[in-house]
Amino acid sequence: MTRYVMGRLVESVIVLVIMSFVIYALIGLMPGDPIDLMIKSDPRLTPADAARLRAVYGLDKPLAERYLHWAMAALSGDFGHSRLYVQPVLDVMPGFLLNTFNLMGLTFVISIVIAVPVGVYAALRQHSAGDYAINLACFAGISVPIFWLALMLIIVFAVLIPVLPASGVSSVGGGGFLDRARHLVLPVVTLTIFSIGSYTRFMRASTIEVMRQDYIRTAFAKGASRNRVVVRHALRNALLPVVTIIALSFGTLFSGALITETMFAYPGMGKLIYDSIMGNDFNMALVALLFATLVTLLANLAADLAYAWLDPRISYSGGGGTPR
Amino acid sequence: MNAAHHAMTKPAMGARTVWSLFFHRLGAHRLAVGSAVFLAVLGVLAFATPAIEAVLGVDANLVDLSRRFQGPSRAHLLGTDELGRDLLVRLLYGGQVSLFVGIVAALASAVTGTVVGLLAGYYGGRLDAFLMRLTDGVIALPLLPLLIVLAALDLTKLGLPESVVQDPNISLYRIIVIISLVGWTTVARLVRAAALSVREMDYVLAATAAGAGGLRIMAVHILPNVISPIIVASTLSVGNVILLESVLSFLGLGIQPPIASWGNMLTGAQELIWSSPELAFYPGMLIFVTVIAFNFLGDGLQDAMDPRAIEG
Repeated sequence: MTRYVMGRLVESVIVLVIMSFVIYALIGLMPGDPIDLMIKSDPRLTPADAARLRAVYGLDKPLAERYLHWAMAALSGDFGHSRLYVQPVLDVMPGFLLNTFNLMGLTFVISIVIAVPVGVYAALRQHSAGDYAINLACFAGISVPIFWLALMLIIVFAVLIPVLPASGVSSVGGGGFLDRARHLVLPVVTLTIFSIGSYTRFMRASTIEVMRQDYIRTAFAKGASRNRVVVRHALRNALLPVVTIIALSFGTLFSGALITETMFAYPGMGKLIYDSIMGNDFNMALVALLFATLVTLLANLAADLAYAWLDPRISYSGGGGTPR
Repeated sequence: MNAAHHAMTKPAMGARTVWSLFFHRLGAHRLAVGSAVFLAVLGVLAFATPAIEAVLGVDANLVDLSRRFQGPSRAHLLGTDELGRDLLVRLLYGGQVSLFVGIVAALASAVTGTVVGLLAGYYGGRLDAFLMRLTDGVIALPLLPLLIVLAALDLTKLGLPESVVQDPNISLYRIIVIISLVGWTTVARLVRAAALSVREMDYVLAATAAGAGGLRIMAVHILPNVISPIIVASTLSVGNVILLESVLSFLGLGIQPPIASWGNMLTGAQELIWSSPELAFYPGMLIFVTVIAFNFLGDGLQDAMDPRAIEG
């Protein structure tokens, strides 16, 4: 088990390092470069000045050398300055992180609390009208374009029946807890509709699979009540793969959060990434993207480890492999 | 119940072929059938749009500022948009783009995934380990932020010639390429898993003994066994591709105007929700209905092709 954990850790670090290089290289291919931006803001700069500035910032060096230089600085905690926010990038992130944490955390909890019982209900009444309706709703949630859903929610709840704020985290001049909560309603509803369909389908499929097992028949044969069988025997085993799949879908949830945040002008990590890419804020985009990658990798790692830890039937003496 | 029982319930039909069973089961999935019909109609309409334009006497790209925001009329069946263009034919052209991007990117992803999965599953060992780590790595990435970066890249910096970069359809090709770059992982895993199990079968051993090479075994003996999961996964992925294309186009990073796409028709809609909310409604509704149709169809195909599903 220790070897397995170590193997997965090393693997994640390698993926992260490779991704840092890939993202660094991609950011270098974005339109416009920092020196062009400086020339634009100061027309007195001559081509000679531009060349000198390139040398000062090391932009005339080959990609690998620039990357190593950046990586060394990053390892010592210097990720550079944000162009848009005029602060060290690490100082910009905490506020955005907290907002995204609130949005994704709330969505996650609400989705699970609804998806688990609904999925079990559908599984126990397979092919019933209720199952059919739930299935339709799940497909609708999976298929709806999330930016359009956000748009429709804004039209209905902020324009036609103006009961909820359509953007931001709080009213102008701050606001109490209630005000902040009101601003979270539409983004959380949007992201929940986006995620809940697949969670429910996972739960339903997993429960159907478990209910076919011999030990369930044994439990019934021993005279256990239906509720007892479902709650004590089936639910635990059905949850295991669902937990894993949900953790693995963290990246999808984050992608959904990016769109939701952009639509509702909600200052979270997704909007930060989008704005910094659009605003040529390369240092910010690089670090925010890397951070999103790191968190996604950690979620996947946690999923694999939880699976290995929760399921005693699986032993990992080989190390390195993923339990899938 | 099982296949024998199923067949026995209709003794008059005699023995059933795999295909008749397949269509029988697909037919039982009414949503999938309805979806297939809807998609076929949409496809025909979308690709017949130039003819429809001629019949209606409208031009999808004709800007006429004196006819902005018009309601439905005989000249413009669904009215006009913020630049006075006919909404209906723009929606149909958008459908053409979405279907084209969705199907081509899904096919390209399926081909890449099949090749990766076959190589990994058949040859195993270090190649398998490398390819599967690569697959896990791609799956583990936060997709949308990366797609946004890829969509925003400056193609001249990639060394592409000016004539390619200036091509009016470049945004179309670019979106297909970047979605295919990340979309192959599901198929790769499915094919690998199937190849792993099939490769141990006796008939593969027999083929090897008869002197068949790796390429022939993969193409003739393994591929036919994995074709149905590939079809299911690809059908489902068309829906996902359309969603990704629409969001990137909506953000201004996908299909570029004047080419209409359902996503970029919504780009300006956020400012118009007061004056004409229907401009924000139609394109999104079409994305929604089309994606759900592909998902129902994929679900139906899965049930129809899964041998275990007969009991249902």
